[in-house]
Amino acid sequence: MNYILKMSLRNLARNKRRSALSAIAIAIGTALLLFMSATIRGEMRGALDLTINLRTGHLQIHSEDYKFENMSLKRVDMIEGPLEISDQIEDIPQVKAASPRLNISGIVAYKNETIGVQILGIDPPSATNATYKEGMVTGEYFSADDREGVLIGLPLAESLDLKPGDAIDLIINTSEGDTDEQRFTVRGIYTTDTPGYDKATIFMPLEKAQTISRTDNYASMIYILLHDMDDTDRVKEAIHAPGYIVEDWVELNKLLVIVEQLSNAMMFFFNLMVLGVTSTVIMNTLLMAVYERTREMGILGALGMKARQVKALFLTEATFLAIGGVLIGLIIGVPLVLYYAQVGFFLGDMGVSANSSFQFGNTIYPYPTFGDAISVSIAALMITILSGYYPASQAAKLEPVDALHSNN
Amino acid sequence: MEIAKLTDITRVYKIGEVKTRALNGVDLSIGEGEFMTLVGPSGSGKTTLLQLIGCLDMPTAGKVFINDQEATSMNRNQRADLRKGTIGFIFQFFALVPTLTAYENVELPLLLMGKKNNHKARVMELLEAVGLADWAKHRPDQMSGGQQQRVAVARALSVDPLLILADEPTANLDTKNGEQIMDIMKKLNEETNTTFIFATHDPRVIKYAKRIVTLEDGKIVKDEEQ
Repeated sequence: MNYILKMSLRNLARNKRRSALSAIAIAIGTALLLFMSATIRGEMRGALDLTINLRTGHLQIHSEDYKFENMSLKRVDMIEGPLEISDQIEDIPQVKAASPRLNISGIVAYKNETIGVQILGIDPPSATNATYKEGMVTGEYFSADDREGVLIGLPLAESLDLKPGDAIDLIINTSEGDTDEQRFTVRGIYTTDTPGYDKATIFMPLEKAQTISRTDNYASMIYILLHDMDDTDRVKEAIHAPGYIVEDWVELNKLLVIVEQLSNAMMFFFNLMVLGVTSTVIMNTLLMAVYERTREMGILGALGMKARQVKALFLTEATFLAIGGVLIGLIIGVPLVLYYAQVGFFLGDMGVSANSSFQFGNTIYPYPTFGDAISVSIAALMITILSGYYPASQAAKLEPVDALHSNN
Repeated sequence: MEIAKLTDITRVYKIGEVKTRALNGVDLSIGEGEFMTLVGPSGSGKTTLLQLIGCLDMPTAGKVFINDQEATSMNRNQRADLRKGTIGFIFQFFALVPTLTAYENVELPLLLMGKKNNHKARVMELLEAVGLADWAKHRPDQMSGGQQQRVAVARALSVDPLLILADEPTANLDTKNGEQIMDIMKKLNEETNTTFIFATHDPRVIKYAKRIVTLEDGKIVKDEEQ
């Protein structure tokens, strides 16, 4: 074995506890970075999936002036004959499902309580509504010809103490600018694990929603899901909807993209802080080693060891610490991330409203990637080795004659 | 043959505003195979002179030649190279690398010289010469002071240096170990014709010397054969 490698390893073994603590500092930093990067990635990925599933779809057809947040019921802002259009779109092979949606603002009244909600008219059998259908907690999913039934979210049901079969009053805006009130029966209670969305969204069959809002054969949008989101551009080009515009999930989620960029920037500074602390620990450890081994450096200098060899000795020690620390960090961090990627960690209601531009679930599922593990490991390795550079340079600067007279 | 030559050497140390003249106009010539002792009271300049001969330090004025090469015109790395093949050191404290075994300590100068061939025979020969062949795998903390100093002697000799410099080599040894070390070095001097220079107060060392150079106040006041 090369004598520099041998001496470096033995020097680290000389003060085992200090070396172990330094390696643990690197390990904690690495595991923390791994966990944080997977968490941020998981959170943003989850938010995108939810927002696509609950709100935007992979593609959306709507009128040029339609704004989701406004829930306009003016004819000019809506799509005429939406079922015919969605049927045509479903013929495109890459399209998983397409269906019209009608967004209406309203108020739910039960006993003495009233709560503002968005009412979503959906085509019940469409596969675009699988999320709600699969998320039924109690009661039953409604059929297309149900004229009195609605689905309500679990948090809304809990806050109003509602159960399937209970009657609620809905006050609904109409296309004529007035309101209509009608009694409905809670057919079922659903959850999408997105509290902000679930507590303020009520579903009813599209036909009934059109009738009560007096929008006849109109819908707010055609909501389209694809088998593979990579086909978005191809399908977008294939859709012919004269008079309307087709927007993809990137255009529809501009704010989410900005939030993701902001998260990445914050993550970068978080990484810097963690690595900065780790680097200080390593620098301190190696400076202590230089101080304690000053006379030894003098002996090695007297024997003919050159400054660059002394520097290499300390940098090799830093490298071994870095490799050990990063490996331990990966051994701790990878199983931890994989475990939480399966079970997630519950955060509860993050206070995002139902018609917000993006949705956050109540549980974050970290999303580890091989690329993140590699980049975190390389960053931790590089920072640790670089932080050994200053102590190594200090050791290399020692004049043998001065070092030999040191008491250390 | 002249191994080391020092001409008009002055070494001034500056500590804060205070200047101390450790050596003042010293001229010295050392030949091959000498067994020489630098003596004098504390502060007379013995160790400073030894460090200059060993190219560990540079004079404020004057020139140092080692094996006909002017060390005073060399940079730090060049002096390190010069030391590696030419000069061996034995220090007052048992200056072994604590993480290396006796064998590895003796082998280290050979590795620093870039000699990658099998050193085993050479290293074991040296450890045998100092009576420590059985201690090859022991680390310094498992050895007595006398044994450590014997390893240091073997290490100093490992690269077949022209010159070995020993600063108070017996200061931390009892009489028996001190004499044992001196006997070994004397024998090696006679067998290999390696030059030994000691800086010491110890009469046990002085009695072995062939040449005694006495320093006082940074000057050589006496240079005599014994």
